[in-house]
Formats: sequence, structure tokens, C-alpha cells
Amino acid sequence: MKKQTTSYKAKKRTVNIFVHVLLAVLAVIWIFPIAWVVMISFRAEKGSYTSSFLPKSFTFDNYKKLFTDTTILNFPKMFMNTLIIAIFVCIISTIFVLAVSYCMSRLRFKMRKKYMNIAMILGLFPGFMSMIAVYYILKAIGLSEGSMVRVALIMVYSAGSGLGFYIAKGFFDTIPKALDEAAFLDGATKFQVFTKVTIPLSKPIIVYTVLTSFLGPWLDFIFAKVICRANADYYTVAIGLWRMLEKEYIDNWYTCFAAGAVCISIPIAILFIYMQRYYVEGLTGAVKG
Amino acid sequence: MSNEVAKPKMKKSKKTAFDTPYTVKNAIQKGGMTTKLSMLVMGFGNLAHKQIAKGIIFLAIEVAYLWFMIAQGIHCIAMLPSLGWLEQEEVWNEALGIYEYTAGHNSTIILLYGVASIFITIGFIIMWRGTLKSAYKVECLAREGKHINSFKDDIADLFDGNLHRSLMTLPILGIIVFTILPLVFMISMAFTNYSKETSSEAAHLVLFDWVGLKNFGTALSTDNSIGQNFWSVLGWTIVWAIFATFTNYILGMILAMVINRKETKAKGFWRFCFVLSVAVPQFVSLLIMRTMLQPEGAMNILLRNLGILEAGQSLPFFTKPIWARVTVIVINIWVGIPFTMLQTTGILKNIPAELYESAKVDGANAFVTFFKITLPYMLFVTTPYLITTFTGNINNFNIIYLLSGGGPTLKPGDTAGKTDLLVTWLYKLTVDKQYYNIGAVIGILTFVVLAIISLVTYRNTGSYKNEEEFQ
Repeated sequence: MKKQTTSYKAKKRTVNIFVHVLLAVLAVIWIFPIAWVVMISFRAEKGSYTSSFLPKSFTFDNYKKLFTDTTILNFPKMFMNTLIIAIFVCIISTIFVLAVSYCMSRLRFKMRKKYMNIAMILGLFPGFMSMIAVYYILKAIGLSEGSMVRVALIMVYSAGSGLGFYIAKGFFDTIPKALDEAAFLDGATKFQVFTKVTIPLSKPIIVYTVLTSFLGPWLDFIFAKVICRANADYYTVAIGLWRMLEKEYIDNWYTCFAAGAVCISIPIAILFIYMQRYYVEGLTGAVKG
Repeated sequence: MSNEVAKPKMKKSKKTAFDTPYTVKNAIQKGGMTTKLSMLVMGFGNLAHKQIAKGIIFLAIEVAYLWFMIAQGIHCIAMLPSLGWLEQEEVWNEALGIYEYTAGHNSTIILLYGVASIFITIGFIIMWRGTLKSAYKVECLAREGKHINSFKDDIADLFDGNLHRSLMTLPILGIIVFTILPLVFMISMAFTNYSKETSSEAAHLVLFDWVGLKNFGTALSTDNSIGQNFWSVLGWTIVWAIFATFTNYILGMILAMVINRKETKAKGFWRFCFVLSVAVPQFVSLLIMRTMLQPEGAMNILLRNLGILEAGQSLPFFTKPIWARVTVIVINIWVGIPFTMLQTTGILKNIPAELYESAKVDGANAFVTFFKITLPYMLFVTTPYLITTFTGNINNFNIIYLLSGGGPTLKPGDTAGKTDLLVTWLYKLTVDKQYYNIGAVIGILTFVVLAIISLVTYRNTGSYKNEEEFQ
């Protein structure tokens, strides 16, 4: 009897060791590309392909060049462009998403179900199928040249946000309706209920919406590329990084690309890890509802 | 399309919740003089019953619309059937002594303006119906001697009973202008010969014509290179979507379970390691992966340094079709597993522990419990999530475009590479090749494939049917 328990314990221990070793190996695989890009960003040798895997010497010059060499690829300007665009997109999108989600969750009107069906159908079209048409529309209303490109990008990023109401709607659905009814009894209008009851109770989903819409312009490069075209003055960070890997730049800018990637990734990673719990909450809510 | 399916349900709900006597039909049949006149002069009924501000706004809308139609709209719509015929010409200007270009017709602009004018007209018709209903309502109320809303009341109502109107107007306007209008514009391109050059035709980049369903024939038949590409790309897209969805789903779940195990130490640390990789912007990590896996990239260098590969040798990650396909699927696993892990961790904890205990008593091993208990339970709960992931994977532009760029292309004449999905091929066809019409056809076909898959499944899930149950 005793023998059996010890062998059972031994077996359990080997399983445990195996699991931890496996996790460690997997973690290394997952961390490896990130660690590698950090390493490259400090590499002194230029060029994209070197004959040795590990850098021979380290330097801070890549970061210096990224922020000071503004003649060819003006990274600081791209950064400012993206920041300005992101702030506006964030404000407009958040208002749109919250307004639409509240309508879908709490108000009952004739078009509601139709709107939800249409939103789902529109979601099935490949997003950038209409990209070229969007460019023509922007051109037709005079937003495709000069500083209006920024306005164009803001509009393009925020205009469709009314379609992404699922997660916030799922959240609003979980707020008890009794609270609304109590407010109605006190004579509140629906708008007052929205601003004074629902919004104050929705901090997690507001944080989530603000952060996701703020991140959008930093991550997209497809729309930005089509709308900016050759207007290098209005490039966003994503196009800039993308261009650094193009044939004519890669030899000189590869290590700077790594530095830029690190600079952009750190704040985004912090934001992402911070909002991770809202992300999970929102999704499990959506699955449940 | 959805309306047809949804109609039986809509009719039922209409009768109960949103039934009102103030319909357009009633207004036309039973409306009095003022209502009848409102059909011609919008807002007349409101003006006659002292809703001055409202009446003036309605009238202003009508005037603006008529002005637009006379100045632009009628011309724009009239040009739609022909899409223009006037070619740009060089004309010798005697006075200046130079060649000048006369403005020819530009079919793209004509098509866009025509579609936009039709949108404006549809919007006007909707508003016309609204004003008619409003006129009829105010007439009825006046006849019955009930209270007629003043302008102030109407404004107040926009923040209460009609709150959805004030909250939804701007978002819907944004969606119409930047999503629906461009979509209709692109869809209509599928029926034209707007294309740089295909094997059989000359270029039609400035002036083009309607050609009916011809492009669909080109894309679906197998006797030309576009059609052959289409079927192979479609096949790979579906294979990719299945692999990408289910490898991530199952492996991510297993990872979540391994981390969740009671005996696993430092759960938070392991989770953090995996989350870190998704916290980095996707285009950054994918571009890094791409450079690492090039023939002279870090991966091959590492293998050479370790002595696994001989000098000068390299693994063909993106240069051989099978290698490229496996590579993108494997990298997709790298990208996707942390997401699945995050999302399934919570749900996995909800599986009743009794199920596992009784399975243990029956002597089931880990495999049996996974396939007989965990997987069925998870499938039951996460079907909607799986459907969205599946459609998301069919439209997964980033991974393919940033990693392999759709390559490798085997035959020089092919427009699609071996890892191209329908979406990346669509992008190449429109942006690189300027085959706008074929691109639009591919977009529509992608939509059809997705619609069939998801509408059928989604409408059968509990979350759509029993939406109200959780409130």
C-alpha cells in the first residue's frame, strides 16, 4: 500500500516537472521575438542581415538617430501626427460607441433589431474592400490634400465606430434595470438616466473603449497608407515603421526600426496589460449574453 | 437580405410594440387637406397647426433637396446608365500657343456622384415619409383637441422618448458615408469593366461601361488565370480558416488548462509571459517575424551558428508553397494562443468540478476527459466566439500580408500567390494591379462565403434568439 502511494507521488512529481519545463520552453518561444527586437534596437552594426546571431557591440545610437535624424523619415513628426489623430479618434469613437451601445441595450425602437442585423452584415465585408472608394469620397469633399489628411484619417477611424457596440452593449445589459426605473420614478428623462446613472456605473467599459479607440490609429497601416499616399508629412507611426523595412531604407534603418518598435510597444503593452481584465470581462460577458 | 429572413419576426413585434395609427398609408388615405398639401409642400401641416419651427425645418429640407437635385443631382443620376463617354482630348490653343486638355468624363467620379445622389434621394424619401407622418399626427391631434407639442416639447422629447434619434444620428451618418456608401460604390464596380488590363481587354481606367455579370463569369470559370486563381485561393482560404481557428482554439485551451492546474506554480508569471507577446502591436511582431524568417534572417543564421544547417544553406520559410503555408499557420498559433488563453481561462473555471470527478472515478484519462467533457462544454458556451474567430480568420489580412505577402507566386502570370487569402488577393488586385472590377467581384464573393457560414450558424445560437433573457 505504502509503495503504491510513493509511486503515485513520484508520478505526480514527474508530471509536474514536465509541465513546468514545457511552460518554460513555451514561454521562451513566446518571449524570444520580443527579446530579440529589444536586442537589435541596441545593436551597433547596421544592416538587416548580419552573419552572427548575437550583436558584436551595443549602442544607444539607434534611439538617438530615430529621434534626431528627421531628414528622411521624420519619426518625431509621425509620432505627433499619430498622437493628435489618436486623441481625436478616441474622443469621437468613445462617444459614438457608448451612445449606440446604450441605445441597443436600453432603448426599444423600431429600427433596433434591423440596425443590429445590418451591423452584423456590414461586419462580414472585408473592411478595406471599400478603402479605395473611401479615398475617392475624401477627395470629393476635399480632404485628401495637405493638412486635411489628418482630418480625413480622424474621420475614417472614428466614422465606423458605431458598428462596434457589442462589447459595451453586453456590459450595459448587465447593469440592473431597476436602477433606471428608480430614476424614472424620480422624474428623470432617459438622457439623464444615461448620463447620471449608466455612465457613472460603466467605468470599466469606458476605460476599455477609450483605450481600444486610442490604440486604433497606432496599429493601422492599411488605411493610413492609402489615404496618406505620398504625403510623407502626415504619415503615422505604423506607416513609418513599415517604410523603414522597405528595400531602399532597410540597410540604414533596420536597427532604428527595432528602436521605434520598442518605443511604440512599451506604452501600448502597458495599456494592453492594464485593460486585459476589462477585455476578458467584456468578452465573457458577450459570450454569456 | 436580412430583412427577408427577419420579416416574420419583425411583423409580429411591429404589431405589439411599435404600432401607431400615424402611418404613411393612413396619412394618404385618411389625411385632411393640410396633410394632403404636406405631400407636396413638406412641413405645411405643421405650419398650419402652429408648429412653426418644425414646419420651417421640414420646408428647408425640401428646398435644399430640390436645389441640390436641380443643380447637381439629376445630372449625376442621368449620367449613371452611360457612365460618361467624352474622352479627354488635346486641343491646340491658338492664343497661348500650347496644347490644352479638354475635361473629359471620368467614370469613377460619375459613378460615385451618381451613387451619392441616389443615397441623398433615399434619405429624402425617408424624411418625406417622416414629415408626412408628422403632419398627419398633428392634424389628428388638432382634430381631437389634444395637446400639440411645441418646438420646445419636441426638443425635450429628443432627450427622452426620442433619445435614440439624437444618440444614433451621427454614428449612423458616419456609417452611411464611410461604410455603406463606399461599399455600394465598390459593389457596383463589379458590374463594370473598370480595370487596368486583363488578358482579354484593353485598359478602362478613365472611361468604363457596365458589363453586367461578365466579371463574375470570369472569376468563377476555370479557363482563365483569374478563375483558376480564384478556386485555389478560395480553397486555401477555407483550409487556412479551419486550421487557424481550431489550432488556436484547442491549443490555447490546453495552455489555459495547463496553467490553471492546481499544481502549477507561478500562474500569474506564466500568463504574463504569454500576454506580453500579444501586448506588442501585431504589425510590429509580425514584421519582426518576417525579417527573422528570411533566407538570411536571424532564424537561419541561428541554425547555421548551431551547426544544424551548413553555411549557405537556409530553410525556405516563405519561398516554397508548403513551407510558407505551414509557416503562416504556425506563426498564427504564436499570435493567437495568448488571446484564446485569456478568453477561455474564465470559462474553463466555470466547468462543474463534479463532471471531472466522476470521470476520474470511471477511470478516464486526460485525453478522454478533454474530448468528452472539456471540449463539448466549451463548444457549447463559445460557439458565437468561434464563429467570429472563423470569419475573422477568413478576413485575416494582417498575418498574411505582413508575413508572406501572399507569396510565393509560382507562375509569373499569376495574380495570386500560394498563401494569398481572398482578402489579400483582393488588396493586390485593386491596389497593385488596378483590376478594380475583379477586385470588387472577389469582395462580393468573400462576403457571400462569409454570409452563408455565419448567418446560418449565428442565427441558430442561443445568444441571438434569447437576447432579452439576460436582462
